[in-house]
Amino acid sequence: MMKRLKIAAMAVAAVAVSGIAHAEDFKPAIVFDMGGKFDKSFNEAAYNGAEEFKKKSGIDYMEFEVTQVSQREQGVKRMARKGASIVVAMGFAQADAVKKAAKANPDTKFTIVDMVVDLPNVQSIVFKEHEGSFLVGMAAAMTSKTGKVGFVGGMDIPLIRKFALGYEEGAKYANPSAEVFQNMTGTTPAAWNDPTKGGELAKSQFDRGADVVYAAAGGTGIGVYQAAKDAGKFAIGVDSNQNYLHPGTMLTSMTKRVDVAVREAFESAKNGTWKAGIKVLGLKEGGVGYAIDEHNKGVLDKDIIAKLEQARADIIAGKIKVTDYMSK
Amino acid sequence: MAEAKAKFGAPAKVPAWVNLGLIPFINLLAAFFISGLVILIIGDNPLKALEVLIYGAFGYPEAIGYTLYYTTNFIFTGLAVAIAFHCGLFNIGAEGQAFISGLGVGLAALYLDFLPFWMVIPIAILAAALFGAIWAYVPGYLQAKRGSHVVITTIMFNFIAFSIMNYTLVEILISKEAGGSPETREFAENTWLALAPDFTGMADSPLNFSFIIALALSVAFYYFVWHTRWGYEIRVVGQNETAAKYAGISPARNIILAMTISGALAGFVAVNELLGVHHKVIMEFTGGFGFVGIAVALMGRNHPVGIFMAALLFGAIYQGGTELAFEMQSINKEMVIVIQGLIILFSGALEHMFRPKIESFFRRAATAKAVEA
Repeated sequence: MMKRLKIAAMAVAAVAVSGIAHAEDFKPAIVFDMGGKFDKSFNEAAYNGAEEFKKKSGIDYMEFEVTQVSQREQGVKRMARKGASIVVAMGFAQADAVKKAAKANPDTKFTIVDMVVDLPNVQSIVFKEHEGSFLVGMAAAMTSKTGKVGFVGGMDIPLIRKFALGYEEGAKYANPSAEVFQNMTGTTPAAWNDPTKGGELAKSQFDRGADVVYAAAGGTGIGVYQAAKDAGKFAIGVDSNQNYLHPGTMLTSMTKRVDVAVREAFESAKNGTWKAGIKVLGLKEGGVGYAIDEHNKGVLDKDIIAKLEQARADIIAGKIKVTDYMSK
Repeated sequence: MAEAKAKFGAPAKVPAWVNLGLIPFINLLAAFFISGLVILIIGDNPLKALEVLIYGAFGYPEAIGYTLYYTTNFIFTGLAVAIAFHCGLFNIGAEGQAFISGLGVGLAALYLDFLPFWMVIPIAILAAALFGAIWAYVPGYLQAKRGSHVVITTIMFNFIAFSIMNYTLVEILISKEAGGSPETREFAENTWLALAPDFTGMADSPLNFSFIIALALSVAFYYFVWHTRWGYEIRVVGQNETAAKYAGISPARNIILAMTISGALAGFVAVNELLGVHHKVIMEFTGGFGFVGIAVALMGRNHPVGIFMAALLFGAIYQGGTELAFEMQSINKEMVIVIQGLIILFSGALEHMFRPKIESFFRRAATAKAVEA
């Protein structure tokens, strides 16, 4: 009885409020994938973007962190049912969840990052990680004295192979005789958060002669960067600008602006410019790139930067073709 | 009977409801109490959290559906671990056995989907059991014939299973339409297990026909372990290998048998997850159910009824925990794990903390009554 009264009261209040409230009606929501919002990588970038939106607009957002496979659908649907104006789902694994939720809630906006879902109320944001990786691959090969560079991936999935292939092509473009060592950290999600093993893999690559190593491995990368610092070699960060972690030995970072994508999804949904469809963010759109800041100023050579800028222009102009592992 | 009761050192004879109801309940209360303190420390209302947890697990039909769906997985893995326990073996490889069973389900559902549903579903289920059984047979064989400890071999087989599945999903079975996500194409609809019917209100939850299979397997488990010669032999080997040998029972044969059955039971997780819910082979679908199965079997005393109760408890905690994460922003996923961990700690590991006191209380009460009479 109490409950029914409460619901009735809430309904009355909702009707009463809905007349006046407009901006307050905007309820953004985000569903992080496994790994959680503090994974120092992909999900954390999304979290930063959402926080930035909150700071700028003063509007709080609803969030959920997936810990079980079946929670993806539950989480996305739940957000829609709680009246979210837009639901941002992080990661390719949420595609099925978004598909089902979007069909069931045709009036709710959905944005999925790293995957394409073709529905009239879904915006799909994908990145050209291979283009950014190509540039840092060039930087690695041009900085390397031994002509050998390394790559440490997280879990062995196509997305990470996309990073690896772009990196390898970039290295070979800059130095056709460059040798690229590739190692994946593992075959389970634990591979995203295993700095110890990341460090060991980096060390073994250093032992084989590599002197620059690129990590696309989430939290595992922390161990890779530390190993590079300890050995006096160079490391390349990923996703966020990680140059600040070890100034001096961080050559650069391949930035994938997940934070911007999330913030823009929220903002555009708020001011009505949100559009369904596929958004591909590459070098041209500034969605990927390499980071230069005060922490790696002296590390990345001026000539190299000039060459990278040239290559960036060539890729955008289509003069250099970088292979996308996914469409191979 | 009266003399037996008085015998020195004999197990305490307390009413069954104390043993099966009161003591687990008090353990649970203690766990909730400590969890409440933690929630209080982070500055939230523990009573509200408890209310959300229970409401989230049983408060509305869809929640019950989710709870029972988790329960289904826990029954399968709980039974799997329990049958190995009966033989004195510690199978911590249920996770890998379940995962590799996904390959069996997948191959059957992907390549035999031209068959009618009443043929392809049983074949897929059998394939799941078969793949799980094979994956547990090898450690069983190594234990029985070579003395390699199953704890070591089963946990290593988990990693081999993960790697094989990773390879097959990324390199071979990956679907072109999946856009780089390591998963197979969707199974044809005739291979899907029926979801909970509409009138229950649970049709939106992942609860499916596997729940019925889990209950049927629980009954079969009881019959097998306590009412067949095979079950008897397994229990004898588990309790005393030397005595078993003396009685003409082959420990090696029974170790292999118990492990094989254990793997087959674990394989049913793939039936629930893949045929019932996802309708494709995906990564990570085992989600730790194999490991929680160990706790379920321990709490359930390796008996199907106990396993059902423990599985229901874990299912409720999983689903209620999800609700907590939704409804109370201060309670994040780490907090949910703390609460789940405390419940496992109190009802599993610290199970004997309150037991002696409670038992002696009831024994004293019983003696007093006897004197009065």
